[in-house]
Amino acid sequence: MIKADKLNLVFQTSGGPIHALKDVDLEIGKGEFISFIGPSGCGKTTFLRCIAALEQPTGGSLTVNGMSADEARRNRAYGYVFQAAGLYPWRTIAGNIKLPLEIMGFDREEQERRVKNVLQLVDLEGFGSQHPWQLSGGMQQRASIARALAFDADILLMDEPFGALDEIVRDHLNEQLLKLWARTNKTIAFVTHSIPEAVYLSTKIVVMSPRPGRIADVIDSPLPTERPLDIRDTSAFLEVAHRVRDGLRAGHAYDD
Amino acid sequence: MRNAIPVLTVVVAILGIWYLAVGPMNFRLALDAATRGGTEVTPASVAEQGETGLIRLMLDNPQVMPAAYAFERPRLPQPQHVVAEMYDSTFGLIRRCAWQGWSAESDNWTGLSDGCLRVVENRRSLIFHAWKTLAPTLLGFAIGTGLGILLAVGIVYNRAMDLSVMPWAIASQTIPILAIAPMIIVVMNAVGIQGLLPKSLISSYLSFFPVVVGMVKGLRSPGQMDLDLLHTYSASAPQQLWKLRLPSSLPYLFASLKIGVAAALVGTIVAELPTGARFGLGARLLSGSYYGQTVQIWAALLTAAICAALLVGTIGAMERRTLNRLGLAR
Repeated sequence: MIKADKLNLVFQTSGGPIHALKDVDLEIGKGEFISFIGPSGCGKTTFLRCIAALEQPTGGSLTVNGMSADEARRNRAYGYVFQAAGLYPWRTIAGNIKLPLEIMGFDREEQERRVKNVLQLVDLEGFGSQHPWQLSGGMQQRASIARALAFDADILLMDEPFGALDEIVRDHLNEQLLKLWARTNKTIAFVTHSIPEAVYLSTKIVVMSPRPGRIADVIDSPLPTERPLDIRDTSAFLEVAHRVRDGLRAGHAYDD
Repeated sequence: MRNAIPVLTVVVAILGIWYLAVGPMNFRLALDAATRGGTEVTPASVAEQGETGLIRLMLDNPQVMPAAYAFERPRLPQPQHVVAEMYDSTFGLIRRCAWQGWSAESDNWTGLSDGCLRVVENRRSLIFHAWKTLAPTLLGFAIGTGLGILLAVGIVYNRAMDLSVMPWAIASQTIPILAIAPMIIVVMNAVGIQGLLPKSLISSYLSFFPVVVGMVKGLRSPGQMDLDLLHTYSASAPQQLWKLRLPSSLPYLFASLKIGVAAALVGTIVAELPTGARFGLGARLLSGSYYGQTVQIWAALLTAAICAALLVGTIGAMERRTLNRLGLAR
């Protein structure tokens, strides 16, 4: 589905070159839920932006659905969820979800059908005619996920989507996201700072470390697909969390 | 009501200062008249009076002060005289014309409406002159706003325009409008364009600039994330403009429109001054100063101020309605 081979990205800045990604090899299979975890500057967001063709790698190869990232973008291979909901204040929730559909030229009837569909998926039925400011932060972020789902891309790229929310709301959204993933069979790439979040959500966890940004460890989660919130108190869960922490330490994430 | 009290306070303060200034401003004229009329004043000769300070003169001749307020052709008229003149040349004129019409015709009602219609063409009518100024102002404002928005879109989407247009726009505003207005009128007259358009062009010349500056800022106000989002949808440049940049720019546009519409009015009045316009508030100002009619000047000035307040207020009301509807007000 997504395949990175010796991927390198060097930013040229006034303070000299910055090696944001160094020799990243990674394969993401269809239907996987993969998390990227690591400290700031480890390149996890940059890698996600490379997949989305928002950044151009300076070396190596990257294919998305067997195409270049740019072609994949033009073929609407993915939906992208940013850290902030980024809903347009002058559009209703339904209007915001229609934005990509209008741009991609779906007809009006199809737009309405899809809006109804995705609002149901994120549990926001009946909120379509509200304006963004009338919704809580968590609901806004759900609306932005609905927007990313609306045009039926196979891949969902999520860049710290719950980073700005409080922990209670975040737990709730994590649970909902897992249900959504089980129902839609999407491939999800998820960037996070939080170890419990990464372990709770993922089938595969990629631990990254900074300077230069690289992969420190790739952990296949042994946890079952069915995950109630209290799975986080089981020993299996804590074991995976421990391995993630080890990976971060090995990558000198805790230095300085 | 809560808004009315501060506004009224300021109005009362301005009227108070104005009224207090009338005496000192007209004192020398009144003293001059008193001296020639044989009243006893100190110092007695006009030459000596010219060398004495104003405060000294006022302290030595308090008896002349009432005359300063009652002066017939004052340097600074009293506020109530200006207001009376404004009333007389608007509603008072309507009343007189209507009455004339009523009594002139056998069919009273036809006469009345004819009389009212005649007010619009009456050269003494401030409503007539205000309209002669407002019409080109509105046309010029529309032209200026359209041009400003087009230039701003060009600046945001075209690198060459980004680098080249702004310095010219700024340079255009450093040229005194008083210098360029007669040239525009003459040149346009030479190619056979008269009437509304030359005045409008001068007022658009002043009003396009704030629109350009505000719109460029507004069109560039969406953040990187908003732009990235559209990029992931492979949106085209027109889609980006229409769906993101234009709606985001509206708060900036309205702020600019308020400045622009006031500038457009100033532009029209200035365009009337050096070109010998016969009608319009600028023409009223000019003829008032020719004939020493300060009351007429002040009446025209106040009318211009009221027009500007109405224009800015209208834009403000549109702004509140639009931004509320778009959820951009908060």
